[in-house]
Amino acid sequence: MENNFFLQAIVYLAAAVICVPIAKKIGLSSILGYLFSGIIIGPFVLGFIGSEGQDLMHFAEFGVVMMLFLIGLELDPYKFWKMRRFILGMGSLQVVITSLVIFICCSIIFDWNWQTALTISLALALSSTAIVLQTLKEKGLSQTSVGRSSFAVLLFQDIAVIPILAIIPLLVSGSNVIPDDDIHHSLISNLDGWLQTLIVIGTIVSIYFLGKYMIVPLLHIVAKTRLQELFTASALLLVLSVSYLIQLVGLSPALGAFMAGVVLANSEFRHELEGDIAPFKGLLLGLFFIGVGASINFKLIIDNPAFILIFGFILTMIKFFVFLGIGKLYKKRIDQNFLFAIGLSQAGEFGFVIMSFSMQLNIIPNMLANQIMAIIAISMISTPFLLLINERLIDPFFGIKEKNTNTYDEINENNDVIIAGFGNFGSTIARLLKSNRIPATILDMDSDRVDSLRKMGFKVYYGDATRLELLKAAGCENAKLFIAAIDNPTANLIVIELLQKHFPHLKILARARNRNDAFELVDMGLDSIYRENLYSAVHLGVDALVFMGHRRYSATRQGQHFIKHDEEAIFRLAKKRHDKKAFMISALEEIEMQEQLFKTDLFNQIVPEDHAWESDNLKKDNLQ
Amino acid sequence: MPNKILIIFAHPLFEKSVANKALANHIPDSENITFHDLYEMYPEFDINVKKEQELLNLHDIVIWHHPMYWYSCPPLLKQWIDMVLEYGWAYGKLGLALQDKILFQVITTGGNQENYCEEGRDQHTIAQLLQPFKQTAKVCRMHYLPPFVVQGTHRMDEKMFERKGIEYRNLLQYLENTTVNVKQTQGFNYLNDWIKTLENNGK
Repeated sequence: MENNFFLQAIVYLAAAVICVPIAKKIGLSSILGYLFSGIIIGPFVLGFIGSEGQDLMHFAEFGVVMMLFLIGLELDPYKFWKMRRFILGMGSLQVVITSLVIFICCSIIFDWNWQTALTISLALALSSTAIVLQTLKEKGLSQTSVGRSSFAVLLFQDIAVIPILAIIPLLVSGSNVIPDDDIHHSLISNLDGWLQTLIVIGTIVSIYFLGKYMIVPLLHIVAKTRLQELFTASALLLVLSVSYLIQLVGLSPALGAFMAGVVLANSEFRHELEGDIAPFKGLLLGLFFIGVGASINFKLIIDNPAFILIFGFILTMIKFFVFLGIGKLYKKRIDQNFLFAIGLSQAGEFGFVIMSFSMQLNIIPNMLANQIMAIIAISMISTPFLLLINERLIDPFFGIKEKNTNTYDEINENNDVIIAGFGNFGSTIARLLKSNRIPATILDMDSDRVDSLRKMGFKVYYGDATRLELLKAAGCENAKLFIAAIDNPTANLIVIELLQKHFPHLKILARARNRNDAFELVDMGLDSIYRENLYSAVHLGVDALVFMGHRRYSATRQGQHFIKHDEEAIFRLAKKRHDKKAFMISALEEIEMQEQLFKTDLFNQIVPEDHAWESDNLKKDNLQ
Repeated sequence: MPNKILIIFAHPLFEKSVANKALANHIPDSENITFHDLYEMYPEFDINVKKEQELLNLHDIVIWHHPMYWYSCPPLLKQWIDMVLEYGWAYGKLGLALQDKILFQVITTGGNQENYCEEGRDQHTIAQLLQPFKQTAKVCRMHYLPPFVVQGTHRMDEKMFERKGIEYRNLLQYLENTTVNVKQTQGFNYLNDWIKTLENNGK
């Protein structure tokens, strides 16, 4: 058993590791790489995996579960509101028109009963969130108008799945269902249709309240332990248990995860959760695509190739033209519109969900459902190819393309400034910026503080800034300025190192606790270093000078000069430090350093080098 | 009723100025005279405009007391003028806060008085050099008097500084207790001469 698991894992990973780089190398998207590795290791080529189709569906679902959780997290109500015109307008138009066209075609051509035709047309109207979003991300189109429109449509579809899955049980009543033995029973599938619907709605409502009043407080408790892996574990537990719960009532677990995501979208844990789940998602999504590849039932295709291929072709054409029409309605430029329509022309993973769901309910004969699933898989595979054809052959005809650098971006809520650490130091900076109307994204490790600051209207996120995923989630890719103000100097250094490696464009302003920290920062090549005690110490010193009889203005100038001198000394000494072999900052050496500093102080006579307002020289001149 | 006098004093290196110390030391200790040391108040040039305006409201005579640097005033006094004399308060249709108050300058120069004329090294008279200040006062609807000057400080000795200090004290005391005849002062180049004439007349 153990062996078996290892072997399976090795097969999946090896296939991915071999196929994806090859796909990338020949300029295809990674999705195609995954799909092909799925086909190759699948039951119809090499037969390494997937003799049992059920297993593959589980794999397939789990990547989508994660992805929908993340999409849910992205969907805070404010963003949703800004995009309402696109989501509701484009989304509903697309779903209604596409399913209507497919429904009419199916009803005319085949002699299916209307329930079957309706279920199939609804299932096929939905596009693949996984493929489209992944493709957009890979092509760097997420922030263009195509990206936004696609996201809007997919979002509507994701939501539309809920009522669709709620309606389907209603279709059962009074239909000519042939009972089937190998169907799976959910807890409530024996109940009446209307009762099932009611229970489903009840579950969704309860997830909302559970999330709001139980999960967030629980995450607080976990966060207080400050154990990173525990938080990751709870994030996974959260996604899994919600998915399981929703599966119990017969819905797709992906939906449950999506709802959990939406509930948590506004919580302070959003970025941390995103960072925790994202790597799992990436891996599982890869598995999902492998699963799709492996689950293509070539036997069905070989048995009846004309039906499946022609159906698949017509389906893609219908979806393509409906999207093209909608794009036209929303005044998209023609090259944009092609990209938009082709990108969304496939059927999606929700199709699998709806198909297996309706199989359970016996709305659709098993054979037909499997054929439809094969059609969905084929249409999903075709998308990357169609996009490639569009890119190479069609697009060049349309001339100018929209540039990626689109300055207005309604769904990009990333701030230009990110502040890590919201202790006394960071909070002062944030207040100053806020009072000058410069919004900043704030990351902090103290969940209690995060909570109270959020109540005060700061946009603070809980999380460990030394983790790359969190930095990414906080928007380091698009930010301009990063203020590293974490209390713990070591953590601060780690963050800066990460930033320099992964986001070299970011300007970094760094807090340093003392001279030694500052040396480290100089070594790392930073030039904006702020020792937390220098300025207040000098300020106090200035007041001491005043108290001892200095004029306040002269004392202030002395202070200013002292700061300049000391800052220059840091850069000078930082270099010098490396002259000694194996320089260890021991207490003794620290003292030595201080002595050196004092010496240079005396030597340089840190006084203003100007002689403004002094009349001594003038007097001499006058006397001559 | 005594006049209330506000001395706006601006010297970036007061501790090294013998002349200005001599002058400042002779300012009468009176509740009607406020000595306002700008460089001590605002070393970082962050002038509190509201507070300065309230101070101006409380006084009848305003003195800008400063050394002459490059034919002008020290930078903090210019900053003060720029910030405190706001539109709508000091000037403009509704800016009547300073109307009919008296303004003059107390100036110290290292060079001798003789240098400040058309034939002299500085080629301009003090009055000509102070035109911008005079015009500022005019825009603020104030009465601008000729300056009180202490010149040639580079070659002065203790006794001379003492004499100048006493002169300054006499001037301040006279202004505090007498209604000023603005027209009369304008016949003089320097308030020094005006106060001497008054003293001689009094004798």
